Amino acid sequence: MTDKTAITLTINGKDHKISVEPRRTLADAIREDCGQTGTHIGCEHGVCGACTVIVDDAPVRSCLMFAVQAEGKTIRTVEGLADGDKLHPMQQAFMDNHGLQCGFCTPGFLMLAVGVLEREPDISDEALIDVLSSNLCRCTGYQNIIKSVRAAAREMRKA
Amino acid sequence: MKPAPFIRHVPRTLDEALATLAEVAGEDGRILAGGQSLVPIMAFRLAKPAHLVDINEVAGLDKLADDGKFLTIGARVRHAAFHEPVTANPLGRLLTYVARHIAHYPIRMRGTFCGSLAHADPSSEWCLTAATLDAVMVAKSVKGTREIRADGFFDGIMSTHLKEGELLAEVRLPLLPPDGKFGFYEFSRRAGDFAMSAALATYRLDGGKMTDVRVGLGGAEASPRRIPEAEAELNGKAPGDAAFRAAGEAASAAIEPLEDHQTDAEYRRDLVKVVVRRALEHSLI
Repeated sequence: MTDKTAITLTINGKDHKISVEPRRTLADAIREDCGQTGTHIGCEHGVCGACTVIVDDAPVRSCLMFAVQAEGKTIRTVEGLADGDKLHPMQQAFMDNHGLQCGFCTPGFLMLAVGVLEREPDISDEALIDVLSSNLCRCTGYQNIIKSVRAAAREMRKA
Repeated sequence: MKPAPFIRHVPRTLDEALATLAEVAGEDGRILAGGQSLVPIMAFRLAKPAHLVDINEVAGLDKLADDGKFLTIGARVRHAAFHEPVTANPLGRLLTYVARHIAHYPIRMRGTFCGSLAHADPSSEWCLTAATLDAVMVAKSVKGTREIRADGFFDGIMSTHLKEGELLAEVRLPLLPPDGKFGFYEFSRRAGDFAMSAALATYRLDGGKMTDVRVGLGGAEASPRRIPEAEAELNGKAPGDAAFRAAGEAASAAIEPLEDHQTDAEYRRDLVKVVVRRALEHSLI
């Protein structure tokens, strides 16, 4: 049916009961229907990576999934990274290494980097550059993002 | 930038999926697998399918099996499945190397091997792989099962010989000989972008000479294919600069290059020379 259907999205451990059309992207549902506006939307066709979230342990473009496809899955967004007042090592590393300027792309980069490092903790510094080429940033020139993620990778390996 | 309305169908079994597809195929019904090409096209409203048959919940489509002759890849096997070799046969390493060139990491978590073939973008790495290795495509519909050879599968830019109501249920890639060598090279302007041209070569060495050579070319013509003229320059020769350059020249002369607003035919012919040579050079590493 093109009509709205009732679904439940589980974002950062919390259930959101929403009603969406099948064509509603996961990115729009997270922001508009669930009110979690930390996930940003840039290009809406999978190129920029600003909307990257973690779905069932995989970093994915939330603009290229429909919300109805994410029902029953575990969704993680930037709001779920920090533990209370304690930032996630990736967030801390972005602050320490000046890994952001305007911050628009940052939630996407954080979820991409966290998602990949949780899957592949021992990924090489060189392979990380290839991973980070997935997302676009118009401010930093990428060097400080690479520095941040490498620093966070070392922290996450200790944990 | 929002997709047009559609009706979503969520079959749980292959039979159910094929029955639904048979019902809606005539009303612009499409398969939704990874969605990494289809959803952007829908966002641009270049495609406005009335029905999507979402196969992500269909049991059994994630088959990935090496039976000693073929590697069988089911309709929902995602690109990321190949991040590590899936078989000890050299084909496993080939697929891992090629997979790294497909779009970006998050796209590879969702996009599927079979979906790439059904989408048939001329620059697709998997389409090139299937064409080079003479893959067998297994198309299923309510009418039965049809096997299609790679050289009879692609039908120009984003077009295949799949019929209405057919699902590309699996693809069988022939294993390489245990001593098989391969080389791959792709040229694109940005990391993860569409290939402007890509080449894949496989061969064996027999007494220091190349034999059973395959040279496939993608992104240069409307469909990827083997280039017999380039293979002829290599069979029976020792691997090395002279033979590799000759193969590049032969491929360059043999093609009907794609042209677009950025690149003319002459540019692509030049590029093909280099891409074929570098793919062959990669086989020596």
